[in-house]
Amino acid sequence: MLQLTMAYFQNNMESFLLAVRQHMWISLLSLLAACVIGIPCGYAATRYARGEKWITGFFQILRIIPSLAVLILLIPIMGTGIKPAMTALVLLAVPPILMNTVVGLKEVPDFMLETARGIGMTERQVLWKVKFPLALPMIFTGVKTAMVEIIASATLAAKIGAGGLGGLIFTGLGLNRTDLLLIGGISVAVLSLTAALLLDVLSGLIMRYKKAEK
Amino acid sequence: MTSANPAIIFQNVCKKFENSRTNAVDHVDVTIQEGEFITILGSSGCGKTTLLKMVNRLYEPDEGKILLFGEDISTVDAVKVRRRIGYVIQQVGLFPHMTIGENVAVVPKLLKWKKEKIDARVKELLTLVGLEPEEYENRYPSQLSGGQQQRVGLARALAIDPKIMLLDEPFGAIDAINRLNLQDELLRIHGGLGKTFLFVTHDIHEAFKMGDRVIIMNEGEICQFDTPRHIAAHPANDFVEMLIRSAREQEQIFFDACQ
Repeated sequence: MLQLTMAYFQNNMESFLLAVRQHMWISLLSLLAACVIGIPCGYAATRYARGEKWITGFFQILRIIPSLAVLILLIPIMGTGIKPAMTALVLLAVPPILMNTVVGLKEVPDFMLETARGIGMTERQVLWKVKFPLALPMIFTGVKTAMVEIIASATLAAKIGAGGLGGLIFTGLGLNRTDLLLIGGISVAVLSLTAALLLDVLSGLIMRYKKAEK
Repeated sequence: MTSANPAIIFQNVCKKFENSRTNAVDHVDVTIQEGEFITILGSSGCGKTTLLKMVNRLYEPDEGKILLFGEDISTVDAVKVRRRIGYVIQQVGLFPHMTIGENVAVVPKLLKWKKEKIDARVKELLTLVGLEPEEYENRYPSQLSGGQQQRVGLARALAIDPKIMLLDEPFGAIDAINRLNLQDELLRIHGGLGKTFLFVTHDIHEAFKMGDRVIIMNEGEICQFDTPRHIAAHPANDFVEMLIRSAREQEQIFFDACQ
């Protein structure tokens, strides 16, 4: 097994690295898109009481549909390749980010907002200097959940020709080659763990005050 | 102490909340002179906090007007009004994601003061409220005790040198010994600055100790507005008399215990 693995890396290093790169790119872009959609929608949901049910409901329903089904359903609309794959991943990732944004913003205590206004902040300053910073830990947790889900599900993207480490796994399944399955699977796991770790480091840097609380 | 210059005038001010039949604040007419330390005393739900919050426009009166130095505040932008007034509340409300120094510097930063001016002001204020700047400036609020946090709250409210300070039960959640210390220091701070203080409390001892004059409120109305000495000597109605009697009875307990 070890020999097989070594042999694979000797002969296919380039295509392996390409797959890793593709996987990372698809995941990162999907995550960014999900943040761009999820966080403003979460804010809108807390801002307009009536909108909340509609917005959160809409994304929750989309989330119930399995990613694989979304992928296949998107083929007639968007064809194959990276676009439908990313669409499916974004749909998967928006709900945790959106829900956590809603919870994070709602959990900011009223007296905190009242002091912020009382000392003379405009509504916009209250939002950017107090509300969002205080909701940030919660939003970050949502982003982390979304990211782990994206990296795992991006494996499926290979099914519709978007590339990534999923290609290795599907080839391994097709040829019944355990070495490829293991290389693919472990790489996805390592990627996911590394990304989670990076996010933790990043959140530690941004939210230094959290360390002081311990 | 009192110049002839009125700092705050309430003219026939009423406030009613939705889902309530009675006025939370009922036809209040009060004039407060510049430099006075006024305490507002009453039990919970008597309207004292509502009255206070109308001064910095967190609430709007339904009737009447409030004048600050002769200017009707309903004609001034709420944010501008608030930036002329210091505001301290019981829960302190320090921003947990900012250091002590940053908390004190919040409003000066909003007003785009120069960095050196802000730094100097932060140091000056922390010293004024009895916190060593070098030691505390870079800590976070969660690393301070309740009493220390309220000192920072006070420093933050004083940051841009407002002429009027509103304090809503600032020492309500602080233990008795620390509270006495903070009360003395607040009096010292008031004495040195010539600002007008409006201080809400439900503790009659605190109200009588701190106030040059005391406003006693009950069910949205002002029962009496006078110096502590006058109120104790001539209670205006049964409610005030009951308040004073209850305070005396409390003292009697200690008196008896010492016999």
